[in-house]
Amino acid sequence: MTASGAAPLLKVEGVSRRFTGLLAVDRVSFSVPPGEIFAVIGPNGAGKTTLFNLIAGVFAPDSGSITFDGDAIGGLPPDQVCRRGVGRTFQIVKPFPGLTVEENVVVGALLRRPDVDTARDHAHAVLRRLDLFDKRTQKAGALTLPDRKRLEVARALATDPKLLLLDEVMAGLRPTETDRMVGILRDLNRETGLTILLIEHVMRAVMALASHILVLHHGATIAEGSPQQVVRDPAVIQSYLGAEAVH
Amino acid sequence: MTGLFSELSKRGIVLLVLLLALMLAAPFLANDYLLTVLILILYFAFTGQAWNVMMGFAGQLSLGHALYVGLASYVAAALFVRFGVGPWIGMLVAVPVAVIAGAIIGFLAFRFRVGGVYFAILTIAFAEFTRVGFDHFSYVGGSGGLFLPVSQYTSNDLVNLRGNPTMFYYVILAMTLGAWLLCRWLLRSRLGYFWQAIREDEDAARALGIDTFRCKMIAVMISAGLTAPAGVFTAFYYNNLFPEQVFNMGRSIEIILGPIIGGVGTLFGPILGAFLLTGLSESMHELLSWLGLDVPGAKAVFYGICLLFVVVALPDGVWPWVARKLKVTERKVTERKP
Repeated sequence: MTASGAAPLLKVEGVSRRFTGLLAVDRVSFSVPPGEIFAVIGPNGAGKTTLFNLIAGVFAPDSGSITFDGDAIGGLPPDQVCRRGVGRTFQIVKPFPGLTVEENVVVGALLRRPDVDTARDHAHAVLRRLDLFDKRTQKAGALTLPDRKRLEVARALATDPKLLLLDEVMAGLRPTETDRMVGILRDLNRETGLTILLIEHVMRAVMALASHILVLHHGATIAEGSPQQVVRDPAVIQSYLGAEAVH
Repeated sequence: MTGLFSELSKRGIVLLVLLLALMLAAPFLANDYLLTVLILILYFAFTGQAWNVMMGFAGQLSLGHALYVGLASYVAAALFVRFGVGPWIGMLVAVPVAVIAGAIIGFLAFRFRVGGVYFAILTIAFAEFTRVGFDHFSYVGGSGGLFLPVSQYTSNDLVNLRGNPTMFYYVILAMTLGAWLLCRWLLRSRLGYFWQAIREDEDAARALGIDTFRCKMIAVMISAGLTAPAGVFTAFYYNNLFPEQVFNMGRSIEIILGPIIGGVGTLFGPILGAFLLTGLSESMHELLSWLGLDVPGAKAVFYGICLLFVVVALPDGVWPWVARKLKVTERKVTERKP
């Protein structure tokens, strides 16, 4: 136990996961205090998405523990993790293509609402926040990628999470779209105190949002700290950012 | 009630009322032959609607729905023949039996993550070995069949489902209407949303906190239970049951053709599909016999052509296309004051 102010909302301790020959996540530990925007970065194949899937319950960790809001959640199935207050997006977006944008978000909203009408009201509020309200009658399958990425966030947000896991929601977006998403996430964090854990390659977004960064390489932590510390770390520059990233 | 039909346009409601009036008046307008065709159509509309709960709503493909029809038929018929228990009481036994059968298949499949094509194969397997089992089940006649005492068509006995085609017609019409209303309510319920989410993307559904195992189990059980009354109906309508026929895979396929052609996942698809498929194939049969032609397998070829046409030209089924042409549905807008 480190003597840091508030109890962490999410605490990952010595978590490992092996896929046959490959140690995808290697004794990773970190804590996310409530209200923080925490970023996980690292090169492709570093184990970021696997780490997310361990937290979200897609895989069970081979060893180590994951504590969320005081309860051990390591090894719980995804639906139970979500019910405890962890919302997630998928790196490869998974909209419900045959349903409308509104129906997609209503599904999320129904988790904590007993009937469709109240869920729809909540979905409308979420859709407005994500700039998707005007597109609510469109089929999700017909949306452009930036809209799908925002729908992914909207749907997860509709479940009223305490912690939002965002897996590369900026990937494939143009700079203006990235800024729009950064603005939405920053407002969410400021106004509702939502804790966000994000995986991101777009450093522009990471630097704008994150107050704390964890860097993974070959499944293991190679650096952790404030954005300013991390981008100056020689190991991070060598393995991920590249020398020219720091001028 | 206005809320229940909120997505229908004025025109849609008028057409719906007209259709219902026509269906109610049918026995006075149609001859006996046409009435038996209508009964067959409604039978397929009803079973198609029940199958649609599993496949169209929750995305679980069953190719063995003849199992639930057959089990319910045998349960109700055996109770009637052996103990003189009427069909409505028999239904109270037949429905739970079908639900339990569905629950067993669902549990085995969903607990052990048997999905997609493998799930479909499992449903076929259960129907097939039940057929083989009933072939050797001498208490209900084995492969020799089970027969109900054939009734006089002069008097109608609704309590024991003994009577003329007009009575059977109204029974199956009421059943089809009931199934349609139930499915309509289910589709717009909380559970309906969860089912559709599972159908569209199961991983995403789980990530939104949906207990997919539970929801899929409920879908299979409701679908099986809803199919059962059709089994009780056919037992008392045809008065004979042969395992070779009632559990035949061809029966399962016939059940699913209507909704596929009409539109999987839609509420009118199974009804429209049944009218199109059975209506057209009976017309073709009439035409062929009028021409004095005897073409074995013509029905199967006809079904094949219909299926091919729909898959190529209208992959969402005929109903969504008809609905657009007739303008029977409002554009789905749920306006709320900002």
